[in-house]
Amino acid sequence: MAIVYQKSKGLTDVELHYCPGCTHGIVHKLVAETLEELDVLGNTIGVAPVGCSVFAYKYFNCDMHEAAHGRAPAVATGIKRVLPEHIVFTYQGDGDLAAIGTAEIVHAAMRGEKFTTIFINNAIYGMTGGQMAPTTLVGQRATTAPLGRDREHYGSPIRMSEMLATIDGAAYIERVTVTTPANIIKAKRAIKKAFQLQIAGKGFTMIEVLSTCPTNWGLTPVEALEWLNNNMVPAFPLGVFRDITAEEAK
Amino acid sequence: MAYNEILIAGFGGQGVMSMGTTMAEAALSEGLNVSWLPSYGPEMRGGTANCSVVIADSEIISPIVLQPSELIAMNLPSLDKFEPAVKSGGYIFVNNSIIKRKLARTDVKAIYVPTLDIAAELGNMRVANMVMLGSYIEATGVLKFDTVVNMLRNVFTGKKAHLVEINRQALQRGAACV
Amino acid sequence: MAKELWKGNEAIAEAAIRAGCRCYFGYPITPQSEIPEYMSLHMPKVGGIFLQSESEVAAINMVYGASGAGARVMTSSSSPGISLKQEGISYICSAELPAVIVNVMRGGPGLGTIQPSQGDYFQATRGGGHGDYRVIVFAPANIQEVVDLMQDSFELADKYRMPVMMIMDGMIGQMMEPVEWKKPPVNPEDLPAKPWATTGTKGIHEPKAIHSLFIDPNESNDHNMRLDAKYQRIMADEQRYETSETEDAELIFVAFGTPARLARAAARLLEEEGIKAGVFRPITIWPYPYDALYQAAAQDSVKAVVTVEMNTGQMIDDVRIAVRGCKPVSFVGQAGGRVPTPQEVVAAAKSALGR
Repeated sequence: MAIVYQKSKGLTDVELHYCPGCTHGIVHKLVAETLEELDVLGNTIGVAPVGCSVFAYKYFNCDMHEAAHGRAPAVATGIKRVLPEHIVFTYQGDGDLAAIGTAEIVHAAMRGEKFTTIFINNAIYGMTGGQMAPTTLVGQRATTAPLGRDREHYGSPIRMSEMLATIDGAAYIERVTVTTPANIIKAKRAIKKAFQLQIAGKGFTMIEVLSTCPTNWGLTPVEALEWLNNNMVPAFPLGVFRDITAEEAK
Repeated sequence: MAYNEILIAGFGGQGVMSMGTTMAEAALSEGLNVSWLPSYGPEMRGGTANCSVVIADSEIISPIVLQPSELIAMNLPSLDKFEPAVKSGGYIFVNNSIIKRKLARTDVKAIYVPTLDIAAELGNMRVANMVMLGSYIEATGVLKFDTVVNMLRNVFTGKKAHLVEINRQALQRGAACV
Repeated sequence: MAKELWKGNEAIAEAAIRAGCRCYFGYPITPQSEIPEYMSLHMPKVGGIFLQSESEVAAINMVYGASGAGARVMTSSSSPGISLKQEGISYICSAELPAVIVNVMRGGPGLGTIQPSQGDYFQATRGGGHGDYRVIVFAPANIQEVVDLMQDSFELADKYRMPVMMIMDGMIGQMMEPVEWKKPPVNPEDLPAKPWATTGTKGIHEPKAIHSLFIDPNESNDHNMRLDAKYQRIMADEQRYETSETEDAELIFVAFGTPARLARAAARLLEEEGIKAGVFRPITIWPYPYDALYQAAAQDSVKAVVTVEMNTGQMIDDVRIAVRGCKPVSFVGQAGGRVPTPQEVVAAAKSALGR
């Protein structure tokens, strides 16, 4: 019997701990497939964050290094500078990358560090129980913003892709989502392009993936996908924010 | 047993630190024990500067000089500040090109050296600190004149080799002030 | 080999390069900025990596990454910056990776002063960050000793897979002294392989993970106990100290780093007055040489033990543990950038002896 689909070699057999309807699993799969297709699994070191994906070091079938909260870009910098021929990626959530680790991601981009960051933006702190994230939408409820994020008190959500796209050292920045098969295919293409540009030594690359958190949003998986499309996409527009290959082609 | 605790103080830019390192290098090449300790911090960015040099033929106990056996005062604030600290019977070298007062102390040996006037006569204001060093060597006998000149030959090479001679003259003119 | 005059901070950097260090991450802070400055110029000449990070937090996490990737790596800072590094040090200890961390101490707390201090003794010897861990801490007393201990620091870091810290007051970083390069330089290519490093599976071995997360209480307990067993081995095997004239002494000074020099000066002044004083100098302040100090203090001749420190009295806690109440222990010191004078130390000694 012909095999038409199987799990990527880029993932281990460890059972994922993610909640039903969470899109972390899809993004893990896309990264794993990309590493497998580019034939770099044996040459890759991934950096796991602190947050829901803290156990990522058990799921990816490559060498992994778990960082302190927010410090993944610094750890990845250390690894990539020592092993410049290797493929290095960080996998970070919005609290990790856009709050406690803002300095690290900005400066990694500034230096043009040649690693790839997969940024999971689900507008909430998942692991610690639904607290407000820097990307929480105005009016969105969180356990530390029970009446909803108040713009007067907390300002508006931060758009990391747009911000990092202003930095010369960034080679490729795109925001995608995985809410539909078509979007998943687009997301896969984006992730692959980022790793290819890393391999080509072009600079810092980041793919921001708008993701769901049904558990902390208090929605069913299907409702969560709809909520993301209706609320997050308008606040965090999808698209390519920086692509030095396009600029070079001009 | 020789144990010289030297404090060199002045404005930033007067060559205070390099006078100290020159003495330290020369002492090391004579096989003596030596330490050099600078003041450091914001005051180094253009304000007053000082460094402590200890030269000894025995183990150096502490690089900190609180009661110098010799004070080299390149400006008035330094003389005002450190004159009282000098050990009785010690030396105070006064840059009297810009310090217009005499010593208040009578229990120390005073050496007045017009470093800037001599440097001007030699045609290079930057050798003023070498004038002072020449006086120090002559008065104390702590270092040999030839050692310092040999060191200058190692420092000034290539395009800067011509600077050896003017520095040597500066040392000699300083020595003549003693 | 002939002696050369070296500034302390530059000697630290050169010694690290000679010890085979090829990777440095750091951030400027007085009074240690000459270390990153020297590294920025000289590391590239030996094919090494120098990177000025955006913060001390980032620097120590770069060290964490580079060490995991197998590099012989170092960072340096001064007291406030070392506080920022504590998070990373805790992770490196738990993940069991080697690194050398230099602290050229200035006065605290807070922004404190840039003048020399030994105010970080507690921080260095009690862990400093969160959780149960220790780091080996060398406390050299002069530039020659800094240089001599650098290679040992990297070797012990590799041997025990943990950070080794070298702490000294800012004066040692800023001063110049003659240095003799006694040991031949280490070629990093000759160093033993690090099979635990994450350098890619090459499709040959199972994926490795460097991490410090043990969410199951049993696994976490086992991990902590295993780390502790390592620390116990180090306490048994790696204590270092130096004694000077302690035999049959009437009074024992205990001091680490620069104050040990002042204590020796004070001992000589006391000798002129017919009082025999010796100096016990821990070279490792963790593991602390408790037994050796007890032996010295317990001699019948000894009437008092005086610690000399550039802080308000931190090592005195370890001295009391060592002496076990067998002799009175007192303290003399200055904090905040002032250095005690030999005369002040002499006065404290006489007071301790009731004279």
